[in-house]
Amino acid sequence: MTSTLDALLWGVLPYVTIAAFVIGLFWRYRYDKFGWTTRSSQLYENRLLRWGSPMFHFGLILVILGHLVGLLIPKSWTEAVGIPEAAYHFVATWMGSFGALLVVAGLIILIVRRRTTGPVFSATTRMDKTMYVFLAASILIGSWATVETQILAGDHGYDYRETISPWFRSIFVLQPEPALMAGVPLAFKLHIIAAELLFILWPFTRLVHAFSAPVPYVFRPYVVYRSRDAAVQSRESRPGWDPSGRPKN
Amino acid sequence: MRVLAHMGMVMHLDRCIGCHTCSVACKQVQSAAEGLEYAWFNDVETRPGRPYPSGPRAPGGPDSVAGWVRTSAGELRLRDGGRLRHLFRLFAVPGMPTIDEYVAPAEDALRPRVGGPAPERMGGARGPEPEWRPAPPADRAADPVLRHLGEHATAEIAQTFSFYLPRICEHCINPACVAACPSGALSKRVEDGIVLVDQDRCRGWRSCVPACPYGKMYINPVTGKAAKCTLCVERIEVGEPTLCSETCVGRLRYTGIVLYDGDRVEEAASVEDPQDLLQAQRDIILDPHDPEVVAAAEAAGFDEDWIMAAQYSPIYQLVSRFQVALPLHPEYRTLPMIWYVPPLSPVVDVVASTGADGEDFDTLVAAFEQLDLPVDYLAETFSAGDRDVVAGVLRRLAAVRSLTAGSGAKGPTGRAPRARRPDPKVARAVDLSPADLGELHQLLTNADYADRNIIPPAPEPGSAPPGGCSLDDLGGPGGTGPGAGAENGPTAAEKTRGSRFNLLGWSGKDRPHQLFPDRV
Ligand code: SF4
Ligand code: SF4
Repeated sequence: MTSTLDALLWGVLPYVTIAAFVIGLFWRYRYDKFGWTTRSSQLYENRLLRWGSPMFHFGLILVILGHLVGLLIPKSWTEAVGIPEAAYHFVATWMGSFGALLVVAGLIILIVRRRTTGPVFSATTRMDKTMYVFLAASILIGSWATVETQILAGDHGYDYRETISPWFRSIFVLQPEPALMAGVPLAFKLHIIAAELLFILWPFTRLVHAFSAPVPYVFRPYVVYRSRDAAVQSRESRPGWDPSGRPKN
Repeated sequence: MRVLAHMGMVMHLDRCIGCHTCSVACKQVQSAAEGLEYAWFNDVETRPGRPYPSGPRAPGGPDSVAGWVRTSAGELRLRDGGRLRHLFRLFAVPGMPTIDEYVAPAEDALRPRVGGPAPERMGGARGPEPEWRPAPPADRAADPVLRHLGEHATAEIAQTFSFYLPRICEHCINPACVAACPSGALSKRVEDGIVLVDQDRCRGWRSCVPACPYGKMYINPVTGKAAKCTLCVERIEVGEPTLCSETCVGRLRYTGIVLYDGDRVEEAASVEDPQDLLQAQRDIILDPHDPEVVAAAEAAGFDEDWIMAAQYSPIYQLVSRFQVALPLHPEYRTLPMIWYVPPLSPVVDVVASTGADGEDFDTLVAAFEQLDLPVDYLAETFSAGDRDVVAGVLRRLAAVRSLTAGSGAKGPTGRAPRARRPDPKVARAVDLSPADLGELHQLLTNADYADRNIIPPAPEPGSAPPGGCSLDDLGGPGGTGPGAGAENGPTAAEKTRGSRFNLLGWSGKDRPHQLFPDRV
């Protein structure tokens, strides 16, 4: 039997997260396009950022891909195509650790930079600081989980693909199975909760820039032309705001 | 041929007194926002001297990644690399200048002295010296053009000349900033070529900053968005010149439109030899008096007042007809649209310092052949190093000067000097008719507000977009294409009959129907 706490944590919180995340993003995009930005501070400091930022971001891309594979692809599928558990575990652990190393090192450089460079620190908002706490917490607890249960735990490590992954998928098929999470090591549990809190916060922070990854740029002609006509007409007219240009007479 | 209009500006450098009125007027209105303290959409530089922004990563510096390059296959790509490579480096954009490479506010430079220990006479140390100040000669070391010309030039130049270079965004025909923007927030306006940032689409990727060869893209770290000179669109749209033009003390800025062929932009920007870029750019600017061009412009939906504005445009006169205006650093292949009449005064000064008559046409022309430095420097700046182009322009300017020089010029309180009649020999020497030379003289020395600014107001939103709609082609549903008008409806010119007439743009030569009833 799952306790009430377990039901709340593994059956309700995920949906709260998804709802806050989706509605929050929609609201932010609808009402605050002007605030939707990376708010880069490269103008103030470049020496540390040049190392820290690419390490952090590329590491993160690696880590996210790893999470997607680990969480979304059922164990039976990889076994069906003949990948033995040991090989999977080996590759996942080492790729993941490499990614985590990059992310953590990058994060440390970026946080040190943010604290020690005067202009960068004063350009840091309260929301940024809150976001950093949750971001750092998810990343550090996640790394701890990997070290404790995968690297230090002998040959096989903890097989999250028997518990966490099916639980994760159960959320998205709308048949949550909180019971699957009962025996999961504490580090993973904390990592999941920290990440959920980060996702709830996400739409209200500068992290939204992740959804603006400019992929269409690759397919676009270099120079963009836009018509003034279209721009003027697409704004609904408000009283007192006549369009500029030749006055009507 | 795809007729497009482009707003442009010409600055007559001989007349700039370096007063910074333009910069301040612009600053107070256009970049007064928090976060843009360091950004001067209009700045005035002393040349030779430190550019703004400066530093190795700044445009023109050795680590610059600005502008376009022509690949061995003859295609254009951003100097920074192709699109994928560009995205790959988004997390720390290479070539992005940091804030200390822009001019720190004077307050910052002085703070250590003001806020530091008491001055010596009060028994304390003076505090650290400011790191640099915006004055020669220390600045000359930072001049990228001089660096390019070689070491020997530096010492010599200090004795020879200086001039002021006011700069705004060039509103390039082939803008590298637009091409580098990953989110498509930057765009060129079809109607007048003005390059604008859509603040709602900008995501703060800052790729545009190092891509601009002129250092005219800025990031506002408070809003996290890009900001730039808008050529005062809100003024241009109602037919008024930009603030920097309006307030210019030397009255050296000319504003107007040119018609150009939108289909040939890429061709022009990718000619092999950078020294051919100037001619290529002149070639895509269309002759607004050519009946074919006028017909194409009407078919593309241009109002009559736009076509007339193009015909009387001071930009067209100075760039294409008299060819005395040159683009700034054309070698970046962005086809910039702020043009410069290079300064003759530095050469005059050098000649005069030898005791010769610096205003005499023959003496000046002989000097162009012998003087290396001013001409070389101007050539590096305005014609990708082509001495002949600059010498040709200077010769015409010398001819213009010969009309005023020695004609009883009085001091500041005397009456304005009267121009002499053009000497046919001098006119012939610069390939102009005496009448044309007189007209050029008038335009460069005596043009008043109405001659300097011929700016057609923007058409009302909803009227046919200049540049044409593809559906308007012959036989298309729009039915205003060439040949279609006769059967299917009134031509664009007929439709605009009765529209208002811009008296400022009228030279008195033809008979606009708004002023004169049709002859029966
Ligand atoms: S000068 Fe720079 S900012 Fe202006 S249009 Fe050209 S490339 Fe863009
Ligand atoms: S206001 Fe005119 S004269 Fe004064 S610095 Fe600007 S461009 Fe030169």
